[in-house]
Amino acid sequence: MTDPTPTDTAPPPPAGTLGPLAWLRANLFSSWFNGLLTVLILWGLVELIPPLVHWLVIDSVWGPADPQTCRLADGACWAFIHEKYRLILFGTYPYDDQWRPLLAVMIIVALLAASCDPRTWCRLILPMWAIGIALVLVLMFGGVFGLAYVENTRWGGLPVTLLLSVVGLAAAFPVAILLALGRRSDLPVVKALSVVYIEMIRGVPLISLLFMSSVMLPLFLPTGVTIDKLLRAQIAMIMFASAYLAEVIRGGLQGLDNGQYEAADSLGLGYWQKVRLVILPQALAMVIPPIVNTFIAFFKDTSLVLIIGIFDLMTAAKAALTDMYWRGFYKEAYLFVAVFYFCFCFFMSKYSKWLEARTARGVRR
Amino acid sequence: MTDQAGAVATDRGDHDPIIQMIGVSKWFGAFNVLRDIQLTIDRGERIVICGPSGSGKSTLIRCINRLEEFQSGRIIVDGIPLTNNVRDIEAVRREVGMVFQQFNLFPHLTVLENCTLSQVWVRKRSKAEAERVARHYLERVRIPEQADKYPGQLSGGQQQRVAIARSLCMNPKVMLFDEPTSALDPEMVKEVLDVMISLAETGMTMLVVTHEMGFAKSVADRVLFMDRGEIVEQAPPDQFFTNPTSERTKLFLSQILSH
Ligand SMILES: Nc1ncnc2c1ncn2[C@@H]1O[C@H](COP(=O)(O)OP(=O)(O)OP(=O)(O)O)[C@@H](O)[C@H]1O
Ligand SMILES: [Mg+2]
Repeated sequence: MTDPTPTDTAPPPPAGTLGPLAWLRANLFSSWFNGLLTVLILWGLVELIPPLVHWLVIDSVWGPADPQTCRLADGACWAFIHEKYRLILFGTYPYDDQWRPLLAVMIIVALLAASCDPRTWCRLILPMWAIGIALVLVLMFGGVFGLAYVENTRWGGLPVTLLLSVVGLAAAFPVAILLALGRRSDLPVVKALSVVYIEMIRGVPLISLLFMSSVMLPLFLPTGVTIDKLLRAQIAMIMFASAYLAEVIRGGLQGLDNGQYEAADSLGLGYWQKVRLVILPQALAMVIPPIVNTFIAFFKDTSLVLIIGIFDLMTAAKAALTDMYWRGFYKEAYLFVAVFYFCFCFFMSKYSKWLEARTARGVRR
Repeated sequence: MTDQAGAVATDRGDHDPIIQMIGVSKWFGAFNVLRDIQLTIDRGERIVICGPSGSGKSTLIRCINRLEEFQSGRIIVDGIPLTNNVRDIEAVRREVGMVFQQFNLFPHLTVLENCTLSQVWVRKRSKAEAERVARHYLERVRIPEQADKYPGQLSGGQQQRVAIARSLCMNPKVMLFDEPTSALDPEMVKEVLDVMISLAETGMTMLVVTHEMGFAKSVADRVLFMDRGEIVEQAPPDQFFTNPTSERTKLFLSQILSH
């Protein structure tokens, strides 16, 4: 009892449950194992952070500089990003017209932001997206209003990634709902078709779907008929996402009490009214986290289109690295791209939390 | 159709049947749940159905709004024969309200929205009109002040009264009740029964599956006893309770009235 550190042995005073020391005890040192982990992690941070800060900030080369300066420096070569960011973000889109993809990206982000609040999901949202996406396509393609025509083989970078994922998910979602309903349908043909579709798509990797769409599909098409490569990739991605989302949504449908179906039936609601007004609002709310999880995975999976030569954000970063003059700055390029992926994914994750809390409040309160 | 109905009519004088079940049988797999049910219900009649667990009471009333399909026989509701035709089924469901043991309110909608939903989408009423009707019936079941709450915030008795109001908002011609008080705490049973009694006083045709024999005695025109998929006995309540003819009914009554 003569121990100089009274917090070790003395029973904690009632008032002390609020101080910073108490917080430390409760959160970081609640058991010897937790204490050990805390110490280990602290040690790791001490080892890691200073070199990281040195590499990222202190020793790095900022602003315009030539590769020689970079190679002599110990830190990151942000000059590389400074030199190449337009190529990474917009690919080989004509340099002087790159305000168009920039504007397109801004429109997509604005559309996403405007769709966040479920209160706007009334009749406005469909026309809003239709107009928005049409505007994006006009900007990207051009050929009207005095804008020079730009083939979509020259598109690249962020707008391609965003278009593939946003349009992909927007189109896949309703398909997924139909597939999920179909899989639970009483009609044997509908049910069988849904099951076969879902299992077929889920049974193959996305890469092979993309390959099939880019290499095999043209072989089957009659000569003269061609489908644009980007569109083919988009269709493959929609097929892929819809199968996965369908299974997630089916989980929600199954989680719903049968009494909800019966109550809706007994009130005389037709099948689609029942689905739209009673079943889906509850079933979808139940599966928000796994839906967003699928969204995030899908968003990152769009980077696989690089294997069929579509210029998304990831491909663009790789292309930037092929410059002989600027060879070898992988870390900077991938870090730069990662920041973009992270921002979107982190936003989706936060949004899912918020949406979940919101719907839960509506139901429980 | 009418002469067949006459064959199974009750001994009441004024025949104006709203529900006719003619030789209805149903199987769950190989299990015969309903056996050759003959039942005619007149407009304004109040019927209580009782019987041991598993005797097919729920299945019987769920056939009337086609929540269950049946394999043989015919059911005619308000002149509409129930077939596999979706239009006929929906037409019948519009005229037949149902109250479930587990309430089955829509938890994502407020009480008021629960009551207006089918009015707007099925009866095609304007939102304002639907809300007016909803408030009227919420008043009738004595919870007008809960209109903007969610079902999860209400007690069981209140939820069941909302469920009754939700059905009444469709202005049904028949109301089906499947053990409406069985899931309730004892102190809430009375508030729901009171609402049902006052509904009976308005002349609503009611089919009630219940073990509340007090309700049967005071409200029912006819009490039906079911056992093993058959209607074993049907009689006005005074006769049913004091002078049952079938042994099975006697046994059931002695069990249910002894505690
Ligand atoms: N979906 C089903 N599949 C197979 N059997 C069923 C199904 N629903 C009910 N049954 C069986 O049919 C019989 C009658 O069921 P029903 O629910 O009509 O009885 P009940 O008289 O309402 O009984 P309770 O008083 O317990 O509610 C029971 O034996 C039950 O097990
Ligand atoms: Mg039952």
